[in-house]
Amino acid sequence: MKKGIFTLIKNEELIPGMHRLTLVGDASGIVPGQFAEVAVPGYFLRRPFSAAGFTEDTLTLAVRVRGEGTAALCAAEPGARLDVLTCLGNGFDLSLAGERPLLIGGGSGVPALYPLCRELVSRGARVTAALGFNTAAESFYLYEFASLGAETVLYTADGSLGRRGLAVAALADFEYSSVYACGAVPMLQIIDREAGAPAQFSLEARMGCGFGACMGCTVETVNGPKRVCRDGPVFSGGELIW
Amino acid sequence: MVNTSVELCGIRLDNPVIPASGTFGYGREFAELYDINCLGAFSIKGTTREPRFGNPGPRIAEAPGGLLNSVGLQNPGVDAVISRELPELARVYAKKVLANVCGFSVDEYVEVAARLDREDIVGWLELNVSCPNVHGGGMGFGTSCAGAAEVTREVKRAVKKPVIVKLTPNVTDIAAIARACEEAGADGLSLINTVLAMRIDPASRRPVLANVTGGLSGGAVFPIALRCVYQVYEAVSIPVIGMGGVRSARDVIELMLAGAAAVGVGAANLVNPYAARDIIAALPAEMQKYGIDNLEAVIGGAHNG
Repeated sequence: MKKGIFTLIKNEELIPGMHRLTLVGDASGIVPGQFAEVAVPGYFLRRPFSAAGFTEDTLTLAVRVRGEGTAALCAAEPGARLDVLTCLGNGFDLSLAGERPLLIGGGSGVPALYPLCRELVSRGARVTAALGFNTAAESFYLYEFASLGAETVLYTADGSLGRRGLAVAALADFEYSSVYACGAVPMLQIIDREAGAPAQFSLEARMGCGFGACMGCTVETVNGPKRVCRDGPVFSGGELIW
Repeated sequence: MVNTSVELCGIRLDNPVIPASGTFGYGREFAELYDINCLGAFSIKGTTREPRFGNPGPRIAEAPGGLLNSVGLQNPGVDAVISRELPELARVYAKKVLANVCGFSVDEYVEVAARLDREDIVGWLELNVSCPNVHGGGMGFGTSCAGAAEVTREVKRAVKKPVIVKLTPNVTDIAAIARACEEAGADGLSLINTVLAMRIDPASRRPVLANVTGGLSGGAVFPIALRCVYQVYEAVSIPVIGMGGVRSARDVIELMLAGAAAVGVGAANLVNPYAARDIIAALPAEMQKYGIDNLEAVIGGAHNG
């Protein structure tokens, strides 16, 4: 974990209620699947967001407006200085990937997979990114994944863009050596049950501290209670008691 | 050169700052960030006889100037604390801890306290009779004089180390509970635990916390803590660890003026992992600002005249 002051340089609305914040600061040491905790001026608890992109000195966060704190953060103007904890959580286990990793993202879970996709592609893996949204109007990050060179496949629940259906259909539609997923719990449960290869899931949780001190975000696993923030947010297939 | 050291039940601390139970785990996460030997001491996560998962989630919520938690004493149980957590802690921490003990029966308090009493790293036993998030234990003992006194008396019979009883503010007369604990043999008191509270989500029309209620902590409760410490200081002659919403070296001095012999730092650790270290570092300059050479000498200073 690292604590630093970041400057917001860009605040883009990707779709209504979903912003991409680009921050400049010491972003070194982050690995795919880790998250950041942002202090929102006027609010007590930090808010956790997966690292949706990073370089040594930039950090990208995809923030969905869920309540007052995220609304305040998404209203921040470029130039705002934000206190951010980085390098939080365990990150994805890349050793499971194999040659044909399948990434399955649903809705606001999509951006968390972007750094992973970039890393897997750079290591020479043939990545399939299955991205699921409710409608075409709610879709985002397609270009980002496609431009990495991943085979990017879009699913919408209403069929308004790409294939009709849920992104979990990718388990039947493609061959794969591993599955990495982030999205709604019902989607992750299906993958946990049906994936025919090693799987990893990035969980979302309401957190207190984000670094393992408060026990606010604990989930049950076959290995006992685990803190999403510290022992996760990435858990392996078969590990979670849903 | 100012003197920040204080004494707590016969043990001298380099400074009065003590991370509060439940906000500092068993120290490991913080020891990765800074040398936790700078602390006066710290209080470990509340420990019960059996491992506990705690309450279902959500068990954290935002509040104005603080947070609500309904964690419900998640802990690995006293066996694992003794076999795993305390030896791990001893590798990075050379001082003493307060072993925070909770139970669902007097027997459980006695058994857990007696076992932790034998550990070298334990300097004090802190009896949590004030957790608002467990049912049939915790605060159930601390809201009556008789209940708090019984736990105190029975644990005192079974242990050698100083016993500090952690009190809840969720009572009509905290001074009366404090006196009952002192009469039952308590060596010290710590206060306050969290303030019973709740939030409701207007969208779902349901309580935010799955447990419905939780404990409020953070800056919002600091004036309540200060008032409780002030009242308890007048009621008893045993030392008091003051805590509740402490954010700064100034808050430390304020609580000591109200009567605290040492000061807990809780919720602040959860939003700034360096909070306890930063408060300790700021203490000498803050003392000089108010003309204080010897911190111990200001304890209860607000009561004079």
